[in-house]
Amino acid sequence: MVEQTVRPATRPVPPVTPAPAAPRRRGPGAAPWLFLAPYLVLFTTFTLVPAVYGLWISLHEWDYLLPGKPFVGVDNYGALLDSGSAVYESFWQSMQATGIFTVFTVPLLVALPLGVALILNRAFPGRTFFRAVYFAPYVLSVAVVGLLWRFVLDPNLGVVNAGLGAIGLPGDTPWTTGLPWAWISLVGVTVWWTLGFNAVIYLAGLQDIPRELYEAASIDGGGKWAAFRHVTLPGLRPVLLFIVINTVLASANMFGQAYLITQGAPGQETRTAIMYIAEEGLRNYRMGSAAAMSYVLTLALLIISLIVFRLFREKDPS
Amino acid sequence: MSKVKGIAWYTMLGGLSLIFIAPLVWMLLTSFKTTSEATRVPPTILPGDPTTAGYAELFGGSSQTPVLRWFLNSMLAATGQAVLVLIVASMAAYALARFDFRGKNVIFGAIIATLFVPIFTLIIPNFLIVDRLGWLDTLWALIVPGAASAFGVFFLRQFFSQLPRELEEAALLEGANAWQIFVKVILPLSKPALATLATISFLTNWNDFIWPVYVLFSPENFTLPPGLGTLQGAYGVNYPVLMAGAALASIPALLLFIVTQRYIIEGVSRSGLKG
Repeated sequence: MVEQTVRPATRPVPPVTPAPAAPRRRGPGAAPWLFLAPYLVLFTTFTLVPAVYGLWISLHEWDYLLPGKPFVGVDNYGALLDSGSAVYESFWQSMQATGIFTVFTVPLLVALPLGVALILNRAFPGRTFFRAVYFAPYVLSVAVVGLLWRFVLDPNLGVVNAGLGAIGLPGDTPWTTGLPWAWISLVGVTVWWTLGFNAVIYLAGLQDIPRELYEAASIDGGGKWAAFRHVTLPGLRPVLLFIVINTVLASANMFGQAYLITQGAPGQETRTAIMYIAEEGLRNYRMGSAAAMSYVLTLALLIISLIVFRLFREKDPS
Repeated sequence: MSKVKGIAWYTMLGGLSLIFIAPLVWMLLTSFKTTSEATRVPPTILPGDPTTAGYAELFGGSSQTPVLRWFLNSMLAATGQAVLVLIVASMAAYALARFDFRGKNVIFGAIIATLFVPIFTLIIPNFLIVDRLGWLDTLWALIVPGAASAFGVFFLRQFFSQLPRELEEAALLEGANAWQIFVKVILPLSKPALATLATISFLTNWNDFIWPVYVLFSPENFTLPPGLGTLQGAYGVNYPVLMAGAALASIPALLLFIVTQRYIIEGVSRSGLKG
């Protein structure tokens, strides 16, 4: 039997079932539907319906606490584009905060985990142990991460400023309350928290690159750098695409870190789009407007994803 | 590797480890300090006078911070969701891996498509749906909706597809029906995959933050993550108590990870690549 690798090395979507060797059953009848039914009930109720229901809500002045929910067409979207509206400034400021966070987080979370994965891809005793250590923060809740780092970074009482002060550096940096420090903190904490996740995905990708390609490259007389450029990077293309898209989506979803560490401070500069949407929709119960915002953010993410896909395709030498 | 090179190599690995582990050690050490020592400048590393006062205060807190209750709620919600995911995802994955039927590709496509729907667009409508079901401020809101995630179905479908078919065919010849094959052949062969999925589901639910923050209102119904947010408000800079709370939320997750790390990491990296 041809060995079926678990991880597809060449494309992000897995190959469908192996050889169709087995004789096909007679018409399966109702059986597959009965097996699917429980999942489909959940999937329909909590994924399909909400995806459409959200659009419907965004077309109404939908105040959770009021009995009337008048249809307003695209007014909620219009308000987001009208600089005179009540939500315009707050919304775009939160989008800007998410944008800043994403722009600084993504390159770090694409590059640093690759370095860690290259280290872990070498054969040495204890490799599995170190892989687990680097991955460990990822298994913690953002609530733990937020609480812990708010303490460590506390401008007056935290160990970071105390340590910096002790070695003669300024010990009064406002890590959680001033700019640009709050951004440095949020980006740094996020990198600490999720680096291991991207690293193990890279590592899986590295292990799928056939050894022979490296041997061929070394016969061609290239050094380590040449092998990295001409074998490793092309071999990682699908993984790299996945990492970039996934990290952009995760960054755009940023909520807990800012909610707990900076609480949006100073002012509302680090209040992210998700924080603002959740506050509008689920604290102030202006759900129509908040739903519209969530679709605008989705549209922005869709455009960014398409651009990333294109960039990866254009760079394809084949 | 020469000896010098080996030492340099492990020094680098160790230094890197320190970055990831030191903050967690600091959390634990602080939880055993007195309030004044926790914020002393310059800081002490080891507690000069180790005390469990932080933990005592944590567990003896007011009715606004019933930490033990949060812990139990977290356990219930995470276990409940893991069980639910195992049941519905394994059944659906079996149908998608082993049957040919009309509409299969549409369903599979729809499940794939939802991977590209950002979670936050679902939060507001799901809040209203959960409200209509009467589940707001209950653990049902934490257990059921999250079980609709596509991850488990993908993960198990791929595993089932790679199982050899001989055993199933033998069972078929003996007259077993699809359900019997599923329960007596497929599931026992899939124990490692099921355990991995259960662990990942448990951890995801145990750690969830934004959803419980908004669908739970009463302190006695909180799970640990929203509870930690409340603690931060209640205890301000009483860091030993806060770090004791953070430790309480981390230790089950870290222990589970230590025991199952190989499976978790392989499960995560495998499904991650599925895009």
